Amino acid sequence: MERGEEEMIESAEKAKQDPIYLNALKDLIYQLADDDFIISFRGSEWLGLAPHIEEDVAFSSITQNTMGHALMFYNLLEELGEPEADQLAHERQSNVRKNAIYFEKKNGEGHYTEEPYYDWALTVVRNFLYETFKKVKLEAITKSSYQPLANVAGKVLMEQPYHLAHWKIWFNQLYHSTDEAHERLQARLLEASEEIGDVYELGHHATEMEHFELMISEGTLRERWLNEVSKTIQEFPSIDIGKKFGSGREGDHTPDLNQALEILSEVYESDKDAVW
Amino acid sequence: MQEQRLQEVRAVLKTVDDPELPSVSVSDLGMVHDVKIIGSQVYITMVPTFAGCPALDFIQRDVQKAVTELSWVSECEVQFTFQEKWSTDAITDEGKKQLKKHGIAPPPENYQPGNEWTVACPYCDSDFTSMENVFGPTACRSILYCTTCKNPFEAMKPVVDYVY
Repeated sequence: MERGEEEMIESAEKAKQDPIYLNALKDLIYQLADDDFIISFRGSEWLGLAPHIEEDVAFSSITQNTMGHALMFYNLLEELGEPEADQLAHERQSNVRKNAIYFEKKNGEGHYTEEPYYDWALTVVRNFLYETFKKVKLEAITKSSYQPLANVAGKVLMEQPYHLAHWKIWFNQLYHSTDEAHERLQARLLEASEEIGDVYELGHHATEMEHFELMISEGTLRERWLNEVSKTIQEFPSIDIGKKFGSGREGDHTPDLNQALEILSEVYESDKDAVW
Repeated sequence: MQEQRLQEVRAVLKTVDDPELPSVSVSDLGMVHDVKIIGSQVYITMVPTFAGCPALDFIQRDVQKAVTELSWVSECEVQFTFQEKWSTDAITDEGKKQLKKHGIAPPPENYQPGNEWTVACPYCDSDFTSMENVFGPTACRSILYCTTCKNPFEAMKPVVDYVY
């Protein structure tokens, strides 16, 4: 995506002047914000349960930072006239959320406060696929026509290489360790390939996003992402990627998202006026 | 008078420490982007270090409080902007000195994003150090170990402009 004839939009005020541009822009930012938000929540559920103490420190640091990225995107939405970040995070129903469905999937069986039988293979595969995707999507967005979003993408990309490097190490070490580790990762990769197909979709406003040079096309995004994945995993199926549960970009979601929202907004709902 | 007031505000900002890095001022960390003075009102724009840093609210409050204590200031507004990028290159020499004094090694130079890195020990300057955990107690720090003086220590994690 080269910046050509299309003009740069430097401020929220200017973006608000064209409702078609504004709606496409907001939809794109909701996808970025909701992806970061839900993957952070699933990450936070691992606190105290990670395989060892060093990982507990690392994973919670990544999760906290990723939640900070979600906040930056929600703040951009706030500037564009949407409700404030706390409301966006806690009060929206699942059918208006735009995260890809694979990221809302439960960490495993059981419950955090009871018997959490979470699966580390799912977590390694999912976070690796997420961080590779986040990298290529944000790289494209650094050239977006909406300058405030391009700037935030640049800021996030300064921190995110640490996250991606972390999950690459986990994947490579486990993948080349025992047969059991290898098989479990393989099974989770297969599962991911059946479910993750909505990740590179851009939703109802895809055409406008491309027209206004907010974003590259779905096809190019998909191609760049698979290329990035293949640098670490040669065996990831690149042709038959399915979307078993529909498209999160269009508001489809599974009961797992409702389960997450119920838990993460429990304290917020108990006293909405509280200042933390 | 305007110039003198600006200098007074700048001097105050050198006394406000990052709550998670005691004795290193927000000014020496390179977090102050812009100071504007209109009459008795002061407007400060700051750049956050890491996006997920939970100390931002405290820093905002501390800066506001310190500046308001200047006798001529009636109001001080502090805002964070995510439109400017902070990088570890913004840390001043004084900031690096203070970090080291408190057992935190300044970030390495010549860091390539995504690559491994180490730094010399802040206590004994030895190069025989190893990375224990790139993720430390806060988003901006890592945990290392010095093989020479056998001390664990922390280092500021390098972040630099992302070239794509």
